[in-house]
Amino acid sequence: MAKLESTFRNMVLVLTSITLVAAVALGSMYNLTKEPIEASKKAKQENAIMEVLPPDVSIKGTDTIAIEGMPEPFYVYQAYAGDEFVGVAVQTYSKNGFSGEIKVMVGFDAKGNIINYSVLEQKETPGLGTKMVDWFKTEKGNQDIRGLNGSKNNLNVSKNGGEVDAITAATISSNAFLEAVRYAYSAYSQNYDGLTGATSVEKEVAQTN
Amino acid sequence: MAANSNLKTLLNGIIKENPIFVIMLGMCPTLGTTSSAINGLGMGLATTFVLLSSNVVISMLKNIIPDNVRIPSFVVVIAAFVTLVEMVMQAYVPALYESLGLFIPLIVVNCIVLGRAEAFAAKNTVVKSFFDGLGMGLGFTLALTLLGTTRELLGTGKVFSMTIFPENYGMLLFVLAPGAFIALAYLIAIFNKLKTTKN
Repeated sequence: MAKLESTFRNMVLVLTSITLVAAVALGSMYNLTKEPIEASKKAKQENAIMEVLPPDVSIKGTDTIAIEGMPEPFYVYQAYAGDEFVGVAVQTYSKNGFSGEIKVMVGFDAKGNIINYSVLEQKETPGLGTKMVDWFKTEKGNQDIRGLNGSKNNLNVSKNGGEVDAITAATISSNAFLEAVRYAYSAYSQNYDGLTGATSVEKEVAQTN
Repeated sequence: MAANSNLKTLLNGIIKENPIFVIMLGMCPTLGTTSSAINGLGMGLATTFVLLSSNVVISMLKNIIPDNVRIPSFVVVIAAFVTLVEMVMQAYVPALYESLGLFIPLIVVNCIVLGRAEAFAAKNTVVKSFFDGLGMGLGFTLALTLLGTTRELLGTGKVFSMTIFPENYGMLLFVLAPGAFIALAYLIAIFNKLKTTKN
């Protein structure tokens, strides 16, 4: 078969049909992978929530909390063991990472102590900033943030007068991470501090209504 | 005879015209994604798939694509395959998808893919283009995995996340960008040394 000549008609026909075929292929693939993609995102988030909360709790109710001056809201997942309020998992973020946004899930118990955290998303430098994934939950020096409380402890790097050791050679990433944790604490403390079993049940009822 | 020449096309991409060590195309993803062996391997395999499929499709279409619009047509074909890979990876290997990040969509503009489409697939039969794509892809994968292994081992003391020596003795430099250049240069030197002695 001879090669098609580059006439205007041929060019329009060929390019249009190639793009059409490509579009149809992509569209059907999108439909095929839509569910698995959403499922894997959801599973990741659920795993993160469970990781930062005590075992055997169930999530009853989700709140969206806006903090003044912050562009996006914070998501708070309330955890109950039976009817007792045991804490929250807060999805928080910081835009001040070394390369872009950092998203962290932080768990607090009913007294506001940090239970655990899990980094959902970060694009920090491999080998430096990426260490945040487990640096702040390793018992060594003052780098462990688990058990600290935003009302009693200064959640800042020690260089800035805080109580937490920054990641070696990644102060910017450490600052951003701790900023996210501090916002998580304020999202928690402004709305849930001192939440007792009784009020939380009321809140729960109000929500289901 | 035909099988022999196909094998030759295949080996051509892996050794004689290895896209990284010899032709030196696609340096950006090479340096960017090889901070660990598994990332290098994943990036290599994704590129291999795109290279293979686009080579086959383009060699099939080569007679119905008018010369003046060949580059846009090639780019559409390549971009479609890249987007397919991206969606499949996001759905079934989310961890790898996240660590490769921006580099997956960037396969579209990877010089090797368009280069092979223009230089090989547009002039050869489907079967030959298939082997060329496979060879080039495997050569790329091999180079990326080697580079990733070297950097991961020297930088963190691990290979495919298995500890070989304690991390404290690792040279962090090799995980960062300058280490990528140094490691790549040494690998190219070794590769050329081996190639010349063989000849």
